[in-house]
Amino acid sequence: MAKIMPLADAVAAFVQDGDSIAMEGFTHLIPHAAGHEIIRQRRTDLTLIRMTPDLIYDQLIGAGAAKKLVFSWGGNPGVGSLHRFRDAVEKGWPRPLELEERAHADMANSYAAGASGLPFAVLRAYAGTDIPARNPNIRSVVCPFTGETLAASRALRPDVAVIHAQKADRKGNVLLWGILGVQKEAVLAAKRAIVTVEEVVDDLGVDPAHNAVILPAWVIGAVACVPRGATPSYAHGYYARDNAFYKAWDAIARDRETFAAWVRRHILDTADFDGFLASLREPAHVAA
Amino acid sequence: MSPPDYTTDEMMTVEAARQLGDGDVCFVGIGLPSAAANLARLTHAPEIVLIYESGTIGAEPDALPLSIGDGELADTALTVISVPEIFRYWLQGGRVDIGFLGAAQIDRFANINTTVVGDYARPTVRLPGAGGAPEIAAQAGEVFIILRQNPKAFVETLDFITSVGHLDGGDARARLGLPGRGPTKVITDLGVLTPDPKTRELTLTQLHPGVTVEQARAQTGWPLKVAPNLATTPAPTAAELEKLRALHRRTKLAHARGAAA
Repeated sequence: MAKIMPLADAVAAFVQDGDSIAMEGFTHLIPHAAGHEIIRQRRTDLTLIRMTPDLIYDQLIGAGAAKKLVFSWGGNPGVGSLHRFRDAVEKGWPRPLELEERAHADMANSYAAGASGLPFAVLRAYAGTDIPARNPNIRSVVCPFTGETLAASRALRPDVAVIHAQKADRKGNVLLWGILGVQKEAVLAAKRAIVTVEEVVDDLGVDPAHNAVILPAWVIGAVACVPRGATPSYAHGYYARDNAFYKAWDAIARDRETFAAWVRRHILDTADFDGFLASLREPAHVAA
Repeated sequence: MSPPDYTTDEMMTVEAARQLGDGDVCFVGIGLPSAAANLARLTHAPEIVLIYESGTIGAEPDALPLSIGDGELADTALTVISVPEIFRYWLQGGRVDIGFLGAAQIDRFANINTTVVGDYARPTVRLPGAGGAPEIAAQAGEVFIILRQNPKAFVETLDFITSVGHLDGGDARARLGLPGRGPTKVITDLGVLTPDPKTRELTLTQLHPGVTVEQARAQTGWPLKVAPNLATTPAPTAAELEKLRALHRRTKLAHARGAAA
């Protein structure tokens, strides 16, 4: 049953060194505040799972928190490379990064398989591509009815899932809307789940309620209230994506020292996400 | 002769937009494909259905999204569904007419590499990876690819096949059991290439105004086949350019928004 607690306590209680962790959110509702807190608490040897590593994992990889990445598309969308990801893969800095690479359809199906308690996902995928040769968790299975060969991908079963959502009620039931990505599947596939939310309310206020995307409190370990906690991603109905930040990130992350200074100043030297947001408003912050 | 009043990128995007028909269901990649698909929607194809892999069906963005899941897409979509559903019911379910992709590199059979340049384990350049492209390339009814033509992008041999075009040519797609017809057009800043009906090797069938066959050959990393009846692309019309430039203006404004990092 979900407990409502500060984010720092949730990370301390639910994220251990060496865990496999899926922090999902497809462009929308990316749990940046939780990513920062994991860096702040110096978690290490993590297996990071995420369809689009994005800035959140560029930061964790550059900070040395990850030993392995399971992913399907690693770029800064519309801007260019994720430089910390590339530096880790191409040069092993700050440490070598093991890759397990899939395609989006596979990741989505494999989370659904994990959420369904199945050992693998079945999908029509990969024929003729070089991807399965580099990933032993992608194999094939023959359909017992038609004889068709289909891709079989090992289910994703993270130790921890972390997502950001718009609202929770005081019991810890979580409501999200807009672009939903694979958040529901990631939470249900994981052993434990942390959800950060924009606000905690008395009543989720869903009308009509029946088809709203709600994660019941009893599938969640911790709910933490972190207003603007998806920044620079966005929360539909609360704030827009900070595209300017995504563009500025290119120059911050391109250089190891600039990146390290940015992490120190804006994450390690701030107490929490409010502190991070305040540090961005200071005139002399490290930017492009 | 005075120089044209449009850029090669504008010519490429306009010609790519023209390939899309009104009412087509188009699965759209981010970047150049998204620009072309939205230009089509704003000009000759108002009924085109744009699907983005973030789960937005029937998106009608006023400005181009910077990422594949910007709020603008959700706000203007007919419906927003989860990512597993978009890939399972809509793409794998066979409900997409055209997959519109960009690419880092292609070969003569329109296979795509977006994974690595060099060795996989020790890459010279680590590219973003697959995203949704492998299944779009396999399963959309047909595939259009848009990218700038140069020897780094049009290569003799790919270091990695991320998404299959026509593999080694001929009936390779049928042998692999791929549901869709695969790439039927490659639109570049120099012209249009289409697969030979039999060998499936990309053949230059169309040049944009002012571009020569020699230029196209020089920008291609393999001996480029050229169709005997080479066509010339009609130059962008004033209306097409006006719509495209207005779209880019709105996009620039939208992307500058947000508190600076």
